[in-house]
Amino acid sequence: MTGTTKTQATQTATAGRDAEDVRSDLNVVIEPRESGGIVIEVESRVAPYYGAAIQTQAGQVLKELGVSNARVHIRDQGALPFTIAARIEAAVRRAGLGEGKRALPERVAQPPASAKDRLRRSRLYLPGSEPKFFVNAGLHGPDTIILDLEDSVHAAEKDSARILVRNALRCVSFGAAERMVRINQLPMGLADLDEVIPEAPDLVLLPKVERAEQVVEADRRIREISTRYKLDRPVWLMPILESALGIENAFSIVSASERVAALTIGLEDYTADLGVVKTTQGDESLYARLRLVNAARAAGVQAIDSVYGDVDDLDGLRRWGQRSRALGFEGMGCIHPRQIPVIHEAFAPSQAEIEKAQRIVAAFEDAQRRGLGVVSLGSKMIDAPVVHRALKLVGQAKAMGLLPPEKEH
Amino acid sequence: MSDAVKFVVNAAGRPVPTVVNGHEQIPFQGVGGYRPEKSKHAPPIRSCADYPSSGDKRVASLEAALRKCGLKDGMVISTHHHLRNGDRIALQVLQTAARMGVRDLMWFPSASFPCHAPVIELMESGAVHHIEGSMNGPLGEYCSSGKMRGLGVLRSHGGRWQAIQDGEVKIDIAVIAAPTADAFGNANGAHGKSACGSLGFALADSMYADHVIVVTDNLVPFPCVPWQIQGNNVDCVVEVDSIGDPSKIVSGTTQITRSPDRLLIAEYVARFIRDAGILRPGFSFQAGAGGIALAFVAFLRDMMREKKIKARFVRGGSSKYLVELLQEGLVDYILDGQTFDLDAVHSMATDPRHVATSPFTSYNFHGKGNFASLVDVAVLGATEVDHQFNGNVVTHSDGRLLHGIGGWQNCLAAGCTILAVPSFRDRIPVIVDKVTTLTGPGELIDVVVTERGIAINPRRKDLLDAVRGSSLPIRPIEEIQKEVLAICGGQPEKAKVLDRPVAVVKWVDGTVLDTVWQVGELKGLLRPAREASAE
Repeated sequence: MTGTTKTQATQTATAGRDAEDVRSDLNVVIEPRESGGIVIEVESRVAPYYGAAIQTQAGQVLKELGVSNARVHIRDQGALPFTIAARIEAAVRRAGLGEGKRALPERVAQPPASAKDRLRRSRLYLPGSEPKFFVNAGLHGPDTIILDLEDSVHAAEKDSARILVRNALRCVSFGAAERMVRINQLPMGLADLDEVIPEAPDLVLLPKVERAEQVVEADRRIREISTRYKLDRPVWLMPILESALGIENAFSIVSASERVAALTIGLEDYTADLGVVKTTQGDESLYARLRLVNAARAAGVQAIDSVYGDVDDLDGLRRWGQRSRALGFEGMGCIHPRQIPVIHEAFAPSQAEIEKAQRIVAAFEDAQRRGLGVVSLGSKMIDAPVVHRALKLVGQAKAMGLLPPEKEH
Repeated sequence: MSDAVKFVVNAAGRPVPTVVNGHEQIPFQGVGGYRPEKSKHAPPIRSCADYPSSGDKRVASLEAALRKCGLKDGMVISTHHHLRNGDRIALQVLQTAARMGVRDLMWFPSASFPCHAPVIELMESGAVHHIEGSMNGPLGEYCSSGKMRGLGVLRSHGGRWQAIQDGEVKIDIAVIAAPTADAFGNANGAHGKSACGSLGFALADSMYADHVIVVTDNLVPFPCVPWQIQGNNVDCVVEVDSIGDPSKIVSGTTQITRSPDRLLIAEYVARFIRDAGILRPGFSFQAGAGGIALAFVAFLRDMMREKKIKARFVRGGSSKYLVELLQEGLVDYILDGQTFDLDAVHSMATDPRHVATSPFTSYNFHGKGNFASLVDVAVLGATEVDHQFNGNVVTHSDGRLLHGIGGWQNCLAAGCTILAVPSFRDRIPVIVDKVTTLTGPGELIDVVVTERGIAINPRRKDLLDAVRGSSLPIRPIEEIQKEVLAICGGQPEKAKVLDRPVAVVKWVDGTVLDTVWQVGELKGLLRPAREASAE
């Protein structure tokens, strides 16, 4: 180690699971040494095809992290390059090396920035430590994807997952989906923000929010990082209320920051907090969900529902989604891609609703053209809020692909 | 032996040996290019005078049966694979022969499974000379590493019938494991504790082999009906305690995959069939047991219900899902090649609309037609597919033997052939510049469906026109490949094979389509715990 590096205890360290069921991931063991340069051994499921490429990449990552003497052993189960870089970096940091350095893989083109009120019918959860689910997630057509650093990541894997998620934000195309990250509860979540915000996720989910100050703190940290990295696109927030106290404070939470674009609820924790059983009808959370919708609408942001946990029960999911829309929610979470089309269908306005809205919009435009202050449809006078709702619904229907653009009025 | 091998470049541009295991070969001459001129092979004429008029052909043991059939060095011993990975008989036959001191046998299975891995020891000891049949798992590794004495010969199910019928392979002794049989030798797979459905893969063996032994664990009084295997072709019958492990012969019930990516591919396949206008009253399709092949049927079923469309027949590999289509009245017939779960076994045994077929009716290219070409759409897998839509199913991209051909080549005769494949597996691209081992010529492969898009063979302008305006992601194959290479981190290294052949791939007409080469040491290769197996 060179004299300029801060003296720190180094140790043999590992990152990435090493088990028979691992796919598209790898295990890295790094043994820091005093001298002897870099020795890299690669075993790989794809050795005949990419063995040499893995060697080369590992060498580059170590160089970028300033590691000059170490023995590295890689057992690769067909990981893609962004995963390889992330696991090596995690192992290096765990070994007490590479402090303050990042090995950032080449960035793919970012999708356009998210509008605050964009369509968020479905949000697909992707466990932040399972890279095999990342690459094809966008193909299933969710409105948004969530790279999760919280509940789906084991406490001992938080450091490694956050590097992986950071690399995924740089390198993985999620298609047209908005890219969300669910961070851990503060203060651990602040370290998540430090790692991922420079890669400009579109939205950050804040778990277990009970007080407005938590939102303010996250907002402040995001602002600092955005300024430091000169980010030119918004990072929205979606607080998750997961307790009775959170629900009580819903309005102050949702109004705590301009970044808040949506508010949602975590029903597992909420029902646990209440000490009631979570049912597929959801009567036990009806009050909380209604209160949440009201608070969100009062602050002018989207109300988004929780997830439906039974992947095989698509009919139950459809019923839940339809009811959820009727209550005022604009979307919900998914834990399996097969839930996506069902949710999109459930949150879609009916053909009758769309047609009625189109008639109202047409009448409104007609009145505008003729310079009339009063909009009327047939013998009925149409109030301004009704016009507003119709305009919004037609806009949504277009975004959902339910209206061909040429039929626009 | 390889030093003496001469090669010619065949019509597909692949170098192939002119002689394989001592037999002159005809190189591939293009699809439909080769016309045989001789007569079919025939076994010796037998006389009832030499068989017991009581009809009781039982002998005490497999060893006694083999002796009675004149087992000797260098013979060709055939078995079938309807018992799949539960089969106990094939190995027992070869081990018994080895114990009897016989050497240099050629094993000619209709397919091999992981349970047959101990045949390696018999090849090492010299009892078995080589295998002509599918080789995967440890047998594939053994062959790929150049340890087998002869060349492996990979044939499709239809090609195996053709090779037997045309006399390319003369079976000395066929051993037919039968879930039910009578003492005369009539046998079927429909009944008994080891029921497997059809015995179609053993039919050619029973008709053309010099000697035929039926081995059963369910001996019934004459007549054993249906007699899928006719006792009139059978020399002797051996009764054993068990021909196989029922739990590995068929699965309890077949489950549709939950893999989101496979489901997406399956959905694209079904939508393509619909949008291309193939889904119409009286249509027909082929379905298998693999993840995608099973799942697309579920999507297709929903569309058939919605549009109230009924299929005339479905070609199986059958499972619970095809049986449900039959019972719901969504198809008139299942024409079944093999039976994958208990529901399907039961259906075949009880429903006359669930028909057991043989490779002769379904696949044999040297007949007066076969019904594979009457199927409107076939959905198949592949290890690799290239820009010319050529397909590889037999080797990994590194050249190691992976799968048998099964019915894959034969199904390419369908009106529309769809390869339903992920665009990459682990990190290995499936769409490649040029397939490692040519198993199916691209002119017969019409559509490649991946999770990232659907590529239509430019030769099929009709299909391109038919889906114009569809919401499906139709893309050029090169464009999908380019996207995948960006994800995988560039082109993989080329397979490093040695210039020594270890096996050949036959085309459906018996000509040699490609050569499988010995694979050198694969440094650093992590082998997954469970290598894929397929028949």
